Amino acid sequence: MVPFEIDFGPLVPEHLSEIIVGIVLFLLVWAVMAWKVVPAFEKTYAERTAAIQGGIERAEAKQREAQDALDRYNAQLAGAREEAARIREDAKNQGSQIVAEMREQGTVDATRLREAAAAQITAERTQAVTELKNEIGGLATQLAGQIVGESLTDDERAKRSVDRFISELEGQTGRA
Amino acid sequence: MIPVLLQIVTPLVPLPFDGSEEGGGDHGWPPSVDSFNSRPLFDTPGLEWLNNHLVQAVIGAALVIVFWLWMAHNQKVVPTKKQAVGEALYNLLRNGIARDILGHEYRRYLPYLVALFSFILVNNLFGEFFLFMFPTFSKIGYAYGLALCTFVLYNAAGMIKHGPLRYLRNMTIPHGVPWALWPVIIPLEFISNFIARPVTLALRLFANLFAGHLVIMVFVVGGGMLLTSGVLFYGIAGGVSILFSFAIFALELLVGALQAYIFTVLTAQYVSSAIADEH
Repeated sequence: MVPFEIDFGPLVPEHLSEIIVGIVLFLLVWAVMAWKVVPAFEKTYAERTAAIQGGIERAEAKQREAQDALDRYNAQLAGAREEAARIREDAKNQGSQIVAEMREQGTVDATRLREAAAAQITAERTQAVTELKNEIGGLATQLAGQIVGESLTDDERAKRSVDRFISELEGQTGRA
Repeated sequence: MIPVLLQIVTPLVPLPFDGSEEGGGDHGWPPSVDSFNSRPLFDTPGLEWLNNHLVQAVIGAALVIVFWLWMAHNQKVVPTKKQAVGEALYNLLRNGIARDILGHEYRRYLPYLVALFSFILVNNLFGEFFLFMFPTFSKIGYAYGLALCTFVLYNAAGMIKHGPLRYLRNMTIPHGVPWALWPVIIPLEFISNFIARPVTLALRLFANLFAGHLVIMVFVVGGGMLLTSGVLFYGIAGGVSILFSFAIFALELLVGALQAYIFTVLTAQYVSSAIADEH
């Protein structure tokens, strides 16, 4: 049939079994790889990736938490500072207010005291003047009586003379 | 205990202990395509397919499964040392290949890529492992098997994403090509995307390991023969040859890891181009 028989030599399998066994064995190995080995490795890799990612995420969460706490504390601190400043300001205002009130109060008191003192002085002076007037009148009368004698014991006239005398005296002091 | 163990292990060891097979008493010299022949575990006719390399492939798959299940077992968010090792490997595939190439859709194709890389790597390292001394993928059938799986995967991914017709159009008519060139481009793209891709995937893996193992056999078996020839000069040459084979072994470790990586990267690349919106 064939004009030249080509000798393929070792390119022809010695037995057909080689091809079949080769394929069967390889498919067997493949099946084991697909069924067990590769899934096991990939599962481990996935778990490892998840673990690493989880670690990173946890760290990030912690960092965020710390940042939040820091912000919160900073805010609190700022609030506290502000409050302190406000309190200081209040105190200052209140202090000056108190000082002003006290000053006013002092002025009022001083005025009152001065007025009271003036009133008292006036009263005392009036009293003293009255007393002095009476006393001087008495003494003068006595003196005049002693000097002029009996005639001048009439109270009514004496009193009039004294008043006139005093008025003259006042008039002199008022002019002086 | 030991005889039983020997009985189990013997069929798996690439060169028979008594040197009786593979060309008589010459220890399989010269190394050839026949050196890669599998030995059936049983003499029963019809069971020739059940051979040492098949058992080796099964052990490889079992090792991969056990390793990853152990790594996936009892994982912690904070990784233990064991888990750190597992995650380093896993991240190489997840971030270094799948996510880089496939973008946000990588998760769906990740198990496939992890399975692909580990399965190829372990079987390639069997080429330097003392018990087997044979890279499974230097039997081309296994390489065809994996290439076929990847072929189905990326086409299915593209068809599910775009629907069969749109996917075919995407894969055969690159964006922006004038229609006059379509008769040339369509067959080229078709061959490139639907034939060359899986075939080169399989051949690249196979050829690298096949050639590497052949070179190792030349140095080790040839060196051994020279060393035991009784002639002084041959003996020296054989010693040098055996010493040099260690360098080749180191190279093969690199090649084995590299091929596992390339196969995985290309698979991801093909899927990515299949599910991409524009080309």
